[in-house]
Amino acid sequence: MSATVVVTTDLQSLAADIVSKALKAGATDAEVTIREGDEFSTTIRMGEVETLKESGSRGMGLRVLIATPNGHRVASTSSSDFTPEGIDHLVNGALALARVTSEDPFAGLADTGEFGKIGGENGADLELYHEDVYSLPTADRIEYARRAEAAALAADTRITNSDGGSFDASTGRKVFANSRGFIGEYRASSCSIYAVPIALGKSGEMQRDYWYTYARSLQKLDTPESVGAEAARRTLRRLDARRVKTQQAPLVFAPEIARSLIGSIFDAASGDSIYRGASFLAGKLGEKIAASSVTVIDDHTIVGGFGTSPFDGEGLPSRRTVVVERGVLTNYLLNTYTGRKLGMKSTGNASRGLAGNPGIGSGNLFLVAGSTPPQEILGSVQSGLYVTELMGQGVNMVTGDYSRGASGLWIENGELTFPVQEITIAGNLQHIFQNITAIGNDLVFRGSVASPTLRIDGMTIAGE
Amino acid sequence: MTLPPSPAAAGTQHRKYFFDKFGITERLLERCLGEALSAGGDYADLYFESLASTAIGVDESLVKSASQGVSAGCGIRVVSGERTGYAYTDDLSADRLLRAARTAALIASGPAKQPVQGFTETKTPSLYPAPAVDLDSDLSARLDLVMRADRAARAYDPRITQVRAGYHEELRRILIAASDGTFASDTQPLARLNVFVLARDADRTARGTSGGGGRVEIDFFQIEKTPEHFAREAARQAILQLGAVAAPAGEMEVVLGPGWPGVLLHEAVGHGLEADFNRRKTSAFAGLIGRPVASSKVTVVDNGTMPGRRGSLNVDDEGSATQETVLIENGILKGYLSDKLSARLMDMPYTGNGRRESYQQIPMPRMTNTYMLAGDDAPEDILRSVRRGLYAVNFGGGSVDITSGKFVFSASEAYLIEDGKITAPVRDATLIGNGPEALKHVSMVGNDLELDEGVGTCGKDGQSVPVGVGMPTVKLDRMTVGGTGR
Repeated sequence: MSATVVVTTDLQSLAADIVSKALKAGATDAEVTIREGDEFSTTIRMGEVETLKESGSRGMGLRVLIATPNGHRVASTSSSDFTPEGIDHLVNGALALARVTSEDPFAGLADTGEFGKIGGENGADLELYHEDVYSLPTADRIEYARRAEAAALAADTRITNSDGGSFDASTGRKVFANSRGFIGEYRASSCSIYAVPIALGKSGEMQRDYWYTYARSLQKLDTPESVGAEAARRTLRRLDARRVKTQQAPLVFAPEIARSLIGSIFDAASGDSIYRGASFLAGKLGEKIAASSVTVIDDHTIVGGFGTSPFDGEGLPSRRTVVVERGVLTNYLLNTYTGRKLGMKSTGNASRGLAGNPGIGSGNLFLVAGSTPPQEILGSVQSGLYVTELMGQGVNMVTGDYSRGASGLWIENGELTFPVQEITIAGNLQHIFQNITAIGNDLVFRGSVASPTLRIDGMTIAGE
Repeated sequence: MTLPPSPAAAGTQHRKYFFDKFGITERLLERCLGEALSAGGDYADLYFESLASTAIGVDESLVKSASQGVSAGCGIRVVSGERTGYAYTDDLSADRLLRAARTAALIASGPAKQPVQGFTETKTPSLYPAPAVDLDSDLSARLDLVMRADRAARAYDPRITQVRAGYHEELRRILIAASDGTFASDTQPLARLNVFVLARDADRTARGTSGGGGRVEIDFFQIEKTPEHFAREAARQAILQLGAVAAPAGEMEVVLGPGWPGVLLHEAVGHGLEADFNRRKTSAFAGLIGRPVASSKVTVVDNGTMPGRRGSLNVDDEGSATQETVLIENGILKGYLSDKLSARLMDMPYTGNGRRESYQQIPMPRMTNTYMLAGDDAPEDILRSVRRGLYAVNFGGGSVDITSGKFVFSASEAYLIEDGKITAPVRDATLIGNGPEALKHVSMVGNDLELDEGVGTCGKDGQSVPVGVGMPTVKLDRMTVGGTGR
């Protein structure tokens, strides 16, 4: 370890110690991740406590690299056994595995000058951790869940059943150290309230929907009552749904649905897919891939954000990357490995589990809001579908082919009319992004990926 | 309280692992259960789990990744009426176990209860091998598998430009002790080989995937289903997709091929028949027992007792032997899949379907291997009967809204049927239907039942478990196909 590293906690010294042990055992480089987490959850159903869960766990992962004449051999191990024997097993196992992997000329840690972190000591200035998520006594936590469900049940006589209300809280601590002198740590907290009511329609059909509030601090949660009321509203509007005829029609994606399209842009621009040619965006850097009104940003630095961290999965400082600017693909999303494969630098998008090579992950990923109120977007549609739910995974990143189950509300002369279900919507992402014809002014982060309301033209609805 | 001599030598061996390695004793199990019921409650159980996994991957003909992981822990559950208290620990010392038991006990509030005196060890079959401990022993054999897959895929066609192959195996040991006297242990292997390829020609790039395995050891991949088998299959699909046309859009006749298309059953009916949803009356199938939910040609079972299958278990995660359960018989809904809690609260049979992803999770009713029994029709007659429709033989995943009954599953290999003949391959398309209605449109059932290759993972409430599916060739008179074409 570099002499300049200041180790300030037990877990940091443990991580540093494992890195040293790996180097002593024959690794050229090593990376260690340690994670600790606690969770509390309770669910209420029909006013009664259904589950109460409280626990914690921890784990550690080691990745070793052995330099060879033509690159590095790489392997990793993970364990929940923190005893000295457990740590020895972790280290020896990783080195034994590394001996059977191939020399990869592109493998290796980032250059020493690239490591770093933002947000002050242990990322404290990023406000990711709030002790208050655990401040409530159990009875009060149960009460949050109960109030959310009760508000949903009380909203309308057609709400006859419930999949429950819940309150969850968790805290996590992550430590990362490597043999180039990087050591970093941060903690994060979160809490949430859900309500999942069930409504009964005229013909005896049931519909379920949900709503939630999610925050890093208890104080930032919406009230349980507002969660329950919104969940009820969303469930009731699905009742007595019909199918529609197969046709091409404009679609308006509600914000919570539109965000999955933003996720698809990210996935398609991820270095891993790009260097393999496994994405319809491969080779499209600098080209216009979306409507001119579309700008997509991946920002890991927003204070208190759900996708914020002081450093990425390889110890590179968090940053903000413009993925699409006025319709032009301006950056691929890269970690060190995929950057090297493409002759580029990492964009600080390394993600990491306990074991395995770093992947590519997004931070706070969003499509920049436009200026049109969502009501106006709906108002612009003569006949089309307001999409409020998508089902299934039918997105092929290689070809861009997109086909998913959907439900929503039919738009007629700019007004929402009857609910629609058991249909699919299909197109190709290459055309879908180009055919974004309106962008709402309603961007709200309810998680780490966010989008305003979007209107998309030219997709096919398959139904009757 | 003493354990009777085990009827199965294998059971003793599984149990011994926890006793030896973590210092668990019968006395400690008894104390933990006593602590768990210290505030009352109807039932308590302890679920010990130790998991070792190995993964190795070839990518661009290089072995770019190799990893191993170990974890262990214990989950403690207390059930009081419809309430469940749960706590877990990854520290198996007596102190931590007792503390977790006290946390779980908070769900109840009454006088202490006593666990049943004396454990009865569940008699378990031997549906799969119980491999020796050491996974490190033969890395080179695992390496050989992925390298062979890489070579075979590349050799299939010069248009194959990218190959990734991965081998993943795990060994899960479990021990379950419950206040009702249940005592069970098991060692559960699970292995899987996956191949992903890209094919490219002048105009297009396309993907192909394949994979399989089960509760098997490495020799399965050397003898029964070789890396070449999976590699050629992935390559075949990718080459095929280079020439695919737009999938049709709208309602039409659909023929599903045998095997993995059985994911239809998993989504359309399987989840909706899990007892927890029916106890809460949140499933579209609630209250339909004894009623027709499919054409009379349809019989669907869930069977956890098939040797070596990915969804099979000697014991479920609540300590009961698994079984074959008839869900739909000649179109009539016969029963649900239950865990202990729902069986007791619904006063129905416990079918041995209590499963959980890990010691950190509360068990719930889950499927094992779910399939439709063979019918009388020859597959070629089924295809010949279709004037215009879709023949779908391979699928990606699916999902279901169990309350409305709407389900989707995504075809990754499908063809147009025109005048009884298979014609052009089509691009990926999602199929959508309504669970309690879809199987009423089954008009022909093939005589060619197949089970899938062993790739299924089912997600429910954030918990993933391995499952199997199967089906003969089946014709549905109508189903909605989500393409873009005519």
